[in-house]
Parts: sequence; structure tokens; C-alpha cells
Amino acid sequence: MEHFLEQVLNGFQLGLMYALIALGYTMVYGVVQLINFAHGDVFMVGAFLGYFGFAVWGLPLPLAILLAMASCALLGVVIERIAYRPLRYAPKIAALISAIGVSLFLEYFSSLKFVFGPNYRVVPRPFPEIQWKIAGLTVTNIQVIVFVVVLIMLILLQILIYRTKTGMAMRTVAVDHNAARLMGVNVDTTISITFAIGSAFAALGGVLYAIAYPQIHPFMGIMPGLKAFTAAVLGGIGIIPGAVLGALIMGQVETLTSAYISSQMRDAIAFAILILVLLFRPTGLLGRTETEKV
Amino acid sequence: MKLSRNTLFFFIGSAIFYALVKIMQFNGILTPYWQLVLDQALIIVIGALGLSIIYGFTGQFSLGHAAFYGIGAYTAGALDKVYGNGNMLFFFLSLLIGALVAGLVAFLIGLPILRLRSDYLGIATLGFGIIVRVGMENGNKLFPVLGGATGMSGTPQLAQFDLIFILALIIILLVRNFIFSTYGRACISIREDEIAADVMGIDTTRYKILAFVLGCALAGLAGGIYAHRYPFLHPASFDFLKSFDFLLIVVLGGLGSMTGTIITAIGWVFLLEVLRVVLGQDFIDWRGVIYALILVVSIIVRPQGLFSGKEFRLLVPEQLKMATGKERTYAGFGN
Repeated sequence: MEHFLEQVLNGFQLGLMYALIALGYTMVYGVVQLINFAHGDVFMVGAFLGYFGFAVWGLPLPLAILLAMASCALLGVVIERIAYRPLRYAPKIAALISAIGVSLFLEYFSSLKFVFGPNYRVVPRPFPEIQWKIAGLTVTNIQVIVFVVVLIMLILLQILIYRTKTGMAMRTVAVDHNAARLMGVNVDTTISITFAIGSAFAALGGVLYAIAYPQIHPFMGIMPGLKAFTAAVLGGIGIIPGAVLGALIMGQVETLTSAYISSQMRDAIAFAILILVLLFRPTGLLGRTETEKV
Repeated sequence: MKLSRNTLFFFIGSAIFYALVKIMQFNGILTPYWQLVLDQALIIVIGALGLSIIYGFTGQFSLGHAAFYGIGAYTAGALDKVYGNGNMLFFFLSLLIGALVAGLVAFLIGLPILRLRSDYLGIATLGFGIIVRVGMENGNKLFPVLGGATGMSGTPQLAQFDLIFILALIIILLVRNFIFSTYGRACISIREDEIAADVMGIDTTRYKILAFVLGCALAGLAGGIYAHRYPFLHPASFDFLKSFDFLLIVVLGGLGSMTGTIITAIGWVFLLEVLRVVLGQDFIDWRGVIYALILVVSIIVRPQGLFSGKEFRLLVPEQLKMATGKERTYAGFGN
């Protein structure tokens, strides 16, 4: 039983990190209906920049995190400007192929020796790990930090989206680009801001991931990226609470599969869930069904 | 049987190509290394034509093509490894079974997931590809002969250039006849507008599944040949990066163009090898970067690909050219 609860706790931690990535997917999908395939690689870049920040350049951890978030926000904006904007009103698949290309570019470019290098790197802990025993349950300070940071970010995001003008612009663009333009919203800027926020969240997720699972390499973003995408679809893509809910479910599924079935099966089960959700409830758990009009 | 003029030219062209390769073999220009590259290119042509049917002509976006290529490779390879003993008849049988198994899996998975549209279908097939990869890595627990994550070797290497070339020719003709048949036209109409096709009385589900199964069976056949030409099979050779390879070939060549798919497939395989020779050791590092840049730049600069909707006349049956008068596009976007 305690073993089970500990696994649930581990799954919760993993789910929170998936939530940070899934938010970027879901926000971007909301405004441009594009599966931003490169998002998982922005997460990887964030993890590397955070690692360089606190472990190589010796910056204090919060500063390293901020640096990673700011750089990735910029990266996200640049990606959108170069690779997605020319294809915004082209067929959906064209932009998706472009996104796949950007994803491969980030992975292989990062693998070059003068960039991040192709090898695995072990991330030193920026602070010692402390374990507390609470009612027979082991809780680490990393879990607490992850929980608090993610909670703060979710509250900030909620405020941004529902209480500010920028957030209102984002919600408008999500409904209709042309109508938003007629209402005086600068669609291009709003989309850039969405990419910036989503990428910054991914970078934060990357740094936290590197601290919690201290090993990073240029291809580390693929699987968390795909699973976070699955989470976003599971919760209902375009819906922010849905992304968090989906991510928490994915975290549990993955951890419990590794613990009780087989760690090799966890990817297969995660993607089996994706296919089943797409088949039986393509709009996700919290989504509404829409009828297609001719 | 009366051959049309274009078909005749197709066979003459193929014969000239074959003769050139043979001459180069005798002169020693075509070293065994480049022979291997050429064989690889022809194998990729077969697999890419499969994806061309699925995505280029029917418009069903698949990111899991390499999974079927892998299923064919493992099925044919393992069968021949265990029962074959270098028997040519059994070799063909194993290729056929490999293609059939890939087609059967495509049917079972296609039946539910082909209801999905565009990018969702892509993600679902990508997920399926990852599941297949996990299956390959753990397949040795059920069948030790598959080798699991360490890879499989020991398949008799029976596929040689002559044989691969003839198979590729047969497949090109088969795909050509499919595209220019009623079935092909139904598939193209689905790509252009699924709802309109449905309204016109085309059983869209049936044709989508037909195209998907046929395309995946071709991938399985290509995989089976690959298993008999390259002695070592590894799950990493069939993951989604390989699927992107096929996708890149079909998109770069131009949607709805066999000519584009065939030329790009051969050109792509040779380009990578030439780069390897020119750049040497650095190439290994830069390969992925160049690859990704080509993908992004080509989709932005020329989203319709090189030969979209255009075919060499060799690849068009005669009567269509007569019927359409000035029309120069055959199966591409209708403009």
C-alpha cells in the first residue's frame, strides 16, 4: 500500500511536468490549430540551458531558470516567425511537416559538438535532496518544489488568460482570426505571445525535469513531448484545465505501468491510450463535440 | 495483349537503365558499395510508392509508414531465417507473407483509425509506430528468433540487384495501373474533398482502407526485400525517423506524382551517400541538420513539391492523354 502511494506520488510529480509541456501544446493549438511538434525540443533546450546556467556558468538556480525561460520564449517566437507563419493559411499538414522539420533540426543541431554535444550529461543537483517521512510515506523536497512551482505557474497563467487584455486577445484569436482582426486585435503579436508563453513553460518544465531526473541529452524531448501532447488531447486540446488533467492522468498511467506491469510497456500503453482517446472521444475528456459543417 | 506506346517506352527506358547498370558493373565503376546504395534506393522506391498511394493520392496523412516496413522486414526475415535454407521459392513466399502480414495489420489498425482526419490521423499512426517499435524490442520474449532490442541477423541474403530491379518495375506498373483505374480516381477524389466524394456516391471508407492496406503492403514488401539485402535488422531502423524519411520523399517529390516519388527516392538515397563521401566524418554530425533544413525550406518554398500532379509520359497509360486534350496534370491537384 505504501509502495502504491509512493508510486502515485511519483506519478503526480511526473504529471505536473507533463502539464507544463502540455500547456504549450494546448495553447498553441488553441490559437493556430497546429500541433507544434517542436515543442518537446524546446523543452530539451530549456533543460540544457538550465543545466548550463546553474551547473556550468554557476548562476543561482532562479536566475538559471529565468534565463532558460526567456531564451526559450525567444526561440519559440523565432520558430513561429520562420517556420509556421508562412504556412499559417496553407493546408494543416504543410505546417505540421514544417514543425517536424524544426523538431529534427533542434535535435540534430543540439547534437553537434560545438552546441550541446551528442552525449548524455549527468546533471548535478543544485541543492541537496532531502527526504521526509510523513505517515510512512517518503516525500522529497524536489517533489514539493515541483508542486509549488507548477501551482504558482498555473495560477499565473489563469490570471493572464482570464484577467488581462493579452489573455482576452488570445481567447479571441482562438475563436476566429478574422473576427479578432476586425475587433482590433493584432493577431500576429498575439500568436507570438502565445508561443513565447508556451515555450517558457516548456523551458521551466525542462529545468525541473533535469533536476528531478538528472540526465539530459539532445533527444530527451521526443518522448515527454509526445506524451504531453497525448495529455493535451486526452484532456481536450485547446482547453487549459484539460491539459493539466490529462497530464496528471498520463503521469499516473506511466508510473503505475512501470511499477506494476513492465517499464518497457509504458510507451506502448501511453500511445495505446492516445489512439483510444482519438477514436472514442476525439475532443477529449473536457471537450465539447462539434459537428462538421460542409 | 497490346501494349500502349507509353508502356512500350517504359519498358525500353527500363531496359536502357538496366543495361547501363550492367555496363557500369562490368567496368567496375559501380563498386559493391554503390551497388548496395542503388539497391537501397530501389527498395525505398517501393516503400515510398506505398506512402505515395496513402498520402500523395488518397490524402491520408500517415506518420507510421516505417512500422509497416519493419513488420514486413521482420516477418519475411524471420520466416526465411528459420525455414528458408536459401531456397529461392521460399524466399518469394516469405516476401509475399511479409507484405500480406503488413497489409493485414494495416487493415486491422486502419479500420478504426482512418476515421480520423489530417493531423490527428498523423499522430495516431505515429503512436502506432511507437507501439510497433516497443513490440519489436520485446518480440524476442515470445519468439526468440526476433532478437529483440539487440537486433536480428542471419536472414539469407538472397536479394540481388536483378531481382530487386524487376520487383521495383512490377510495383511501379502496379501502382500506375492502380492510380489510373476507377479505384485510383476514387482515391484522388477523396483527397480533393472527402465530403464531396461521399456525396457523389463513393464509398470513402472502403477506398481509404483499400489505399491504406495496399500502401502498407508495399511497405511490407520493401521491408522484406530489405531484410534479404542487409544482414542486420534493428528496431531503430524502423522508428518514426524512418517514417519521416518516407514522408520527406513523398512531400518533396510532390503529392500525387509517382514520377516525383520515384525520382526523389533515388535522388534522396544517393544525395545522402554523396554527402557522406564529400563531407566524410563530419557528415555523420551534420546529416540530421541538413536533412531537417531541406524539409523545412522545401515545405515553405514549394509546399506542393517538385513534381506535384505531373507525371512523365512513360508513367501514364495512353488513353488518358487522348481523352483530356490540353490537360497536362493527370492525378494531381486540379489546376
